[in-house]
Amino acid sequence: MASANISPIKFHAPVPGTLPAPERELRRRFLEEAEVVPGGDRISQCLQCGTCTGSCPVSYAMDISPRMVIALFRAGQIEEILRSRTIWICASCYMCTTRCPQSIKITDLLYALKRTAIDAGLYPERFPVYLLSKIFARLVARYGRNQEMLLLLFYYLRRNPLGLLRLMPLGLAMLRKGRIAILPKKIKGAAAIHKIVQASKELELPREKGAVPYAEDMVGYRAVG
Amino acid sequence: MEYIYYPGCSLESAGKPYDESLRAVFRALDIGLRGLEDWNCCGATMYMSVDEALSMAISARNLALAEQAGFRDLIAPCSACYTVLLKTNRFLRESPELRAKVDHLLGQVGLKYGLSVNVRHPLDVLVNDVGIEAIAAAAKRSLEGVDFAPYYGCQIVRPERGFDDREFPTTMDTLFQRLGARAAYFPLKTRCCGGMLMTTFPDVCLQLVKDLLECAVENGAQCIITTCPLCQVNLEAYQKRVNKRFGKSYQIPVMYFTQMLGVALGCSEKELGLQRNLIPWKAPTSVLAA
Repeated sequence: MASANISPIKFHAPVPGTLPAPERELRRRFLEEAEVVPGGDRISQCLQCGTCTGSCPVSYAMDISPRMVIALFRAGQIEEILRSRTIWICASCYMCTTRCPQSIKITDLLYALKRTAIDAGLYPERFPVYLLSKIFARLVARYGRNQEMLLLLFYYLRRNPLGLLRLMPLGLAMLRKGRIAILPKKIKGAAAIHKIVQASKELELPREKGAVPYAEDMVGYRAVG
Repeated sequence: MEYIYYPGCSLESAGKPYDESLRAVFRALDIGLRGLEDWNCCGATMYMSVDEALSMAISARNLALAEQAGFRDLIAPCSACYTVLLKTNRFLRESPELRAKVDHLLGQVGLKYGLSVNVRHPLDVLVNDVGIEAIAAAAKRSLEGVDFAPYYGCQIVRPERGFDDREFPTTMDTLFQRLGARAAYFPLKTRCCGGMLMTTFPDVCLQLVKDLLECAVENGAQCIITTCPLCQVNLEAYQKRVNKRFGKSYQIPVMYFTQMLGVALGCSEKELGLQRNLIPWKAPTSVLAA
């Protein structure tokens, strides 16, 4: 039985027969990430009632509904989830988690899926959410605090320089109102933050990045901007 | 009564008026507010999507510093900071493995966090510690004539049950109604504004913001009162874009709840940072007369 040695923790979700090797690997990685979430194993208690999908304010823009995410996980189709738009569109409002009758922490599991997708390189190049969080993490590691202006500046330069032009009037208005901090501020403990970041890298086991080619149009990113 | 104050990154830039008005309100009510020394970013929700143990350690550094300073209650006005810091406390309590990792990481910089700090939202502190009656007694102006949409957003009421209902909170409604304002019918009070999707998937986000503005305006609100810096920016700064996209002409002021509270407590416009709002709020004559 393949399922016995796939899962490092005891999830009771049924795993169909034998899974192809890449799927097995993705499943293993996801379960590792999900394990960090206290109560993450409740994913196996899903009733497929659809309350999550019905409560989600952004399910209208998803290609796979939150309920289907769990169904696909059970069916051994994690790759399909990781390639979907869904995990990136979640805005973390926690409505699904609040309403789930089985107390499944759906939002946190979507974070676990995001981390798995990032780890496996399963997102298009210059992908907005990943790009933004990467720049964000770098700014925090360097200054200790987020620098709103630099964050948006670097993000738009990399992703969509024209968008920067469009943002100019708003930026100027905010500047006039004193609502943009121009000079980045470094905290005294910036060195400590840097040390924490470095130490956390040693906690993680080095892992080979499995790059998988990505077809952007496959799930229609362009349609939602 | 003294609290330790964690402003968060947003309140240093776009959310500056939130910071100013919060301090003004606490001054007016004579409640001690000590700034947390050398605080760092809470990690925000997107940091969390990168590495859980690391983001928990980063946010726990703030809690450890507050603990070291000898405080039990930390005030976090930004919804994202509030929910992330709360989550850090909860996850560290519930997961021994995560706690061991975070202890190790904090130990590298000579810190230790004993889980003794409560993360509080200023709305919770004002209504439940100070009390609505005490606030009403300190009020210098009546808010009569103010019709507002109470917008709580998502992250101060979810995911865990905190100081108010997770889907239909009423704290802010009760507070301002006691001060004379009228809460408009606003069923979308905890509907998500899209948050950072305004940057990553603007088309998806604009739709959400339009729904919220529409609901407020259609139900007769003259202003929206919010508790979150990200909601405030999405609803205020992107109104023009919503108008263009959906052929609307919304021009509704979006204020921080501390700004409106400060008005009732007699603070000046400048103290509350009202001049920094992009869409100016004009106080009804009934408020100014008092």
